[in-house]
Amino acid sequence: MKEMINNETPYITGSKALLESLINEGVDTIFGYPGGQAIPIYDKLYDYKDKLNHVLVRHEQGATHAAQGYARVSGKVGVTLVTSGPGMSNTITGIADAMMDSTPIVVIAGQVPCSLLGTDAFQEIDVIGITQAITKWSYQIRTADEIAWAVARAFYIASTGRPGPVVLDFPKNAQVELVNYKPEKVDHIRSYIPVPDINLKNIEAAADFINSSTKPLALIGQGVILGKAEEELKAFIKKTGIPVASTVLGLSAIASNEEQFVGMIGMHGNIAPNIKTNEADLIIAIGMRFDDRVTGDLNKYAKQAKVIHFDIDPSELNKNVKVDVPVLGDAKETLAKITELVAENSHKEWRDSFNTYWERENEAVINKELYPTSGPLKMGEVVNKVSEATGNNAVLVTDVGQNQMMGVRYFKYNQTRSVVTSGGLGTMGFGLPAAIGAKYGAPDRTICLFVGDGGLQMSIQELGTIMQSDIDVKIILLNNDYLGMVRQWQELFFNERYSETTMINPDFVKIAQAYNIASRSVDKREDLDDAIEEMLNTKGAYLLEAKVIQKGLVYPMVPAGAGITEILLNGE
Amino acid sequence: MENKLYTITIFSENTVGLLNQVTIIFTRRGMNIETLSVSPSALEGIHKFTVTTFADQDLIEKVVKQIDKKVDIIKAYYNTNEDLIFQEIALYKVSTEKLLSLGSIEDIIRRYNARILDLTETWTVLEKTGHYDETQALFKELSEKIGVLQFIRSGRVAINKSKVERLSDMLASIEEKITKKHKDVI
Repeated sequence: MKEMINNETPYITGSKALLESLINEGVDTIFGYPGGQAIPIYDKLYDYKDKLNHVLVRHEQGATHAAQGYARVSGKVGVTLVTSGPGMSNTITGIADAMMDSTPIVVIAGQVPCSLLGTDAFQEIDVIGITQAITKWSYQIRTADEIAWAVARAFYIASTGRPGPVVLDFPKNAQVELVNYKPEKVDHIRSYIPVPDINLKNIEAAADFINSSTKPLALIGQGVILGKAEEELKAFIKKTGIPVASTVLGLSAIASNEEQFVGMIGMHGNIAPNIKTNEADLIIAIGMRFDDRVTGDLNKYAKQAKVIHFDIDPSELNKNVKVDVPVLGDAKETLAKITELVAENSHKEWRDSFNTYWERENEAVINKELYPTSGPLKMGEVVNKVSEATGNNAVLVTDVGQNQMMGVRYFKYNQTRSVVTSGGLGTMGFGLPAAIGAKYGAPDRTICLFVGDGGLQMSIQELGTIMQSDIDVKIILLNNDYLGMVRQWQELFFNERYSETTMINPDFVKIAQAYNIASRSVDKREDLDDAIEEMLNTKGAYLLEAKVIQKGLVYPMVPAGAGITEILLNGE
Repeated sequence: MENKLYTITIFSENTVGLLNQVTIIFTRRGMNIETLSVSPSALEGIHKFTVTTFADQDLIEKVVKQIDKKVDIIKAYYNTNEDLIFQEIALYKVSTEKLLSLGSIEDIIRRYNARILDLTETWTVLEKTGHYDETQALFKELSEKIGVLQFIRSGRVAINKSKVERLSDMLASIEEKITKKHKDVI
């Protein structure tokens, strides 16, 4: 169909209107995969090569994870473009992952023409029906007239308030229809309140609690990063002297070496903040959602403490933990307001009391993991050396499993938005495509992916994406020839019955070579520094396989369902 | 906490697919919807869902917050029976011959405040509006005495005991904020 361009009434195809709308939203990168019901869009994309960089992934799930990685490090909305049916259904895991981790992405899917909807047409699936439960909003664009509005609305919803994924289902007839296109911008929706009004009385009440507390502990989550409230957090803790612990997704909101940072909470967190959670007289939760991996048994969680909860999402308040003072709103605003009201304090004695537990963890776990002098390479050792070699300035991307927990425990950060990991959904196969997206989101930063042998093989085809688009990501494969985290549970809780967790693996170096990616395998401690240096000095992608201890375990560990102070420190 | 019947009132935009968005929230938590009805509200362009479900206070609060969070939902409230005036409608089809055999149709119509909607030689359709217990009582009596050929009861419809839709003030406040936002931008 030919477009009729007239200066006064620019009739263009729906496909072109889509691309114009994306550009209108500031999009410069799309992660996608073409197919039958998206060909008109891809055809038009051919004309937009100078404005829209399309990254051809090898699997649609990879496209969504890449969009997530892009969004997490850049703070912008990640965009995925796929075709209908299986193309769309392949994105479901990434969409669900983005929903769990509040990641703003917009997934645009081709769909069969409206005339065929509901007929079980070739490659038709009920996209809206399937995605409503795992998106912030999903919408079917049935005519080209709706495109400008729907795209503008999609980006507004994905990026505002508590961010999340949005799906636009785009039937083919709307892709090829002509439309008198005018760009639109959405800045409000009547039925949607992204940022609730601040209740000053609650902030005053929270300030009173803080001022009268002798053992306060702040727990920060990704809400601090999403709300761009890092500076406000810093001002708040500096004035109050309150120790700060982080969830996995909150990591890097505060620098690792910040004096008041007392570590990571949760199942594989540090023992000091976990134990102190049950000693504190006040828990100040900021942009975190009391996930079960953080709280353990709720009946044994912080029962002695008053709880203040800062969150932008009203449905998070009192969801898992009963709150004494809810502080609804954008953390950037609420933290700034409360900082005006709180008294200066140092809480030095209270903060110093964390040190005993750190010493215990250092002795029992950390030093053995990071500085072994004999035996096979250890996972934590590799993570620590890579982090140090990057000056703690790299972006950490992880897959899921032991590699993830070692990564978040031992990588260090100097700046915010330095952690990309699948926190809520725990998606194996997330890491490699997310690292690809992260590189596009932060092209000037070093991207270090830690991945296990299991997770790498769940998305190993994305090495092809790296090859084709020449993407500079450093892949550190912690290979223990096991599905390590499941094996750990089997060892600790299932009488060492290693059911289906042993992996017969391929030669990963040869695989990398086949994709024209520089690679090296190390299994000796004395070769590790040199291999890391070689990896970081190599221009472009690099796969460093570290053959690590096969039966390594991640400690400390709070067993599932136990109280957070019931910590296993080692296997002895 | 004690489980009791709550009525959730949901005000929404009139968009496709909202019913699914509401019901999946119940499905996810393994909750049964007892009754459900949807209609336009007194506010132009705004639809109203009335859902009843058994829950405890803690659960109903969480569920309503999840419903409220959906982009196209304007506001969701939960109520107990004391907060509401509510009705259900029931239709009963019975054999005309057996109905006549009762002797006095007038008696049953008067006692239950029911009415005859349709009457043929073979069947009669009675209608009754009221609370569940009332419509159920008529069903029980007809079943026991003459048998019921067909029966249907609607979902609950309810209005609260405040003067106007509770949403009105909220909508006014939203409109004011939007206007102010646009003025600030200009």
